[in-house]
Amino acid sequence: MKIAVCIKRVPDSETRVKIGSDGKRLDEAGVKFVLNPYDEFAVEEALQRKEKAGSGEVAVMCLGPAAAAETIRTALAMGADRGVLLQTDAIPADGFVTAQALAAELQGGAWDLILFGKMAIDDYNQQVGPMVAELLGLPCVTAVAHLEIDGTKGIAEREIEGGVEVVEFPLPAVLTADKGLNEPRYPALKGIMAAKKKALEVKPVQLGPGGIEVLALTPPPERKEGKIVGEGAGAVAELVRLLREEAKVL
Amino acid sequence: MAPKYQGVDFYDIDGLLNEEERAVRDTVRAWVDDHLMPVIGEAYIAGKFPKQLVPGMAELGLFGANLPEEYGCAGLNNVAYGLIMQELERGDSGVRSFASVQGALVMYPIYAFGSEEQKKKWLPQMASGKVIGCFGLTEPDYGSNPAGMITVAKETKDGWVLNGAKMWITNGSTAQVAVVWAKTAKDADSIRGFVVPTDAKGFSAKDQKGKLSLRASDTSELVLQDVHVPKDAVLPASGGLKSPLMCLTAARYGIAWGAVGAAMACYDEAVSYAKTRVMFGKPIGGFQLQQLRLAEMLSEITKAQLLCLQLGRLKDAGKSTPQQVSLAKRNNVSMATDIAREARRLLGANGILVEYQSMRHLANLESVYTYEGTHDIHTLILGQEITGLSAFN
Repeated sequence: MKIAVCIKRVPDSETRVKIGSDGKRLDEAGVKFVLNPYDEFAVEEALQRKEKAGSGEVAVMCLGPAAAAETIRTALAMGADRGVLLQTDAIPADGFVTAQALAAELQGGAWDLILFGKMAIDDYNQQVGPMVAELLGLPCVTAVAHLEIDGTKGIAEREIEGGVEVVEFPLPAVLTADKGLNEPRYPALKGIMAAKKKALEVKPVQLGPGGIEVLALTPPPERKEGKIVGEGAGAVAELVRLLREEAKVL
Repeated sequence: MAPKYQGVDFYDIDGLLNEEERAVRDTVRAWVDDHLMPVIGEAYIAGKFPKQLVPGMAELGLFGANLPEEYGCAGLNNVAYGLIMQELERGDSGVRSFASVQGALVMYPIYAFGSEEQKKKWLPQMASGKVIGCFGLTEPDYGSNPAGMITVAKETKDGWVLNGAKMWITNGSTAQVAVVWAKTAKDADSIRGFVVPTDAKGFSAKDQKGKLSLRASDTSELVLQDVHVPKDAVLPASGGLKSPLMCLTAARYGIAWGAVGAAMACYDEAVSYAKTRVMFGKPIGGFQLQQLRLAEMLSEITKAQLLCLQLGRLKDAGKSTPQQVSLAKRNNVSMATDIAREARRLLGANGILVEYQSMRHLANLESVYTYEGTHDIHTLILGQEITGLSAFN
């Protein structure tokens, strides 16, 4: 099994992010970056597939700044075999630009599977996986929560509103991983030490501007403090009056 | 859901760690969150070591993590090892104690004083958690003064016969192997270490009951009555009291880090409580008395973190001294105990409940204050170092 996993370096979901002075990007000072949580499912799935097959390769691809090498090494510490960093300081807002760079790298790699997380938790775009599939002319199944592979055929389950959708597809294919697909392993201590010795190729990339420009980032408006109108049935009339006249929601 | 534990790092000490050190810390932190925190309260009340966690700890590589890879260990540096201890004790001192004993008190002496055969036989099995170890030095009447021990090992034609009793032995009743220290003649210079399988005839371990501290850890009394062991049970390079003291220095180093973890847990809990608990119409964190508590806690934690880190860097460079380890153990455990107590008080009545951590840490730290060289003994070690005059004799 030859599997590529495309990953992204994202701010930790627990980090309190601040908007930078240009108002268009995050201030990265003091921000902790992690491997995108949905990508952890993709890495884990690749490792399990390779282990099951008894042989093969798991290669990790990442488009990002030099610091993203650390994110790649997290995946290597989990057990991936090698990494490729497509290095650029300007992370494009347009997923299509990222997809083009990744597809160019993946092209001709004879992959059985190309895995992504279903989305990055920083931009929530869910675009890059399907775009790469399109550029490579491969079938794509998104948000896979359960996966079975039998030879050159795969069956994926997707949790959709009110039910489960079962999709059959031929390999090679591009899949994006949803929560529930597996339980990602911790990078064990020996894995962390071994990751230092694994191959990590750094390839500088020049990207076009793409079709999307971020005009401004703004934090969500601060919520006003709530008001307790009263207690018990006696307070209902006043509550209804306030909802109608002040909040104007009734 | 409560926000995920983020640690305490007021001075960007993360910036002084390398990538592996941070990765190791993050892995252990996540494991503690997922596996230790959900079960520790119940284990503590039940007075049982959460044994089910051992395979997971072994799989991560937490046992003897600073020993070489050729013996199945992770081969980490001492700062990464210290960070493991910090994160484990953020969960519970008893669980950290388990790892300290396994790694620093049993695997380390086998590594440092053992023959190649002993290392090959025991270390990989202990790293993988298949064999649990305990360390028998302290005796009922010889705690701070181990030189006075009465456990003896008599050489016979085909091996050794051990007689004596050991007390306050962490993991004693769960262990498959014990490193037992005994005198082979009358004086302290004759003390040697023996690797004793706990199923040897005449070896018995009994749990000590009624502990109000370290309840999630097994503490036992060992009795050795005519225990026969073969010639190769002795650790060949061990000799004199210096050998077990070297083990204690290794363990105390981990304790100095561990105490910081316990303090960080209490501070984290105190901050979150102070921001959300409302009294007199505002969060109690808005009152000066609580702010003083929190400011003191953060100051002490930050100082202790820097102390540990520099001690670790010295140890990695082969330059740390036992006296420096004494200072760190003494300072950090004492400050952590104070922080746990203040956090407990800040939490008010809720602070006495097991669903909060501070009182559990406080009770645990009272043991940590006393074991591995009491606070007072470390004071005297430093006193001797400063003045050149020993207060012991």
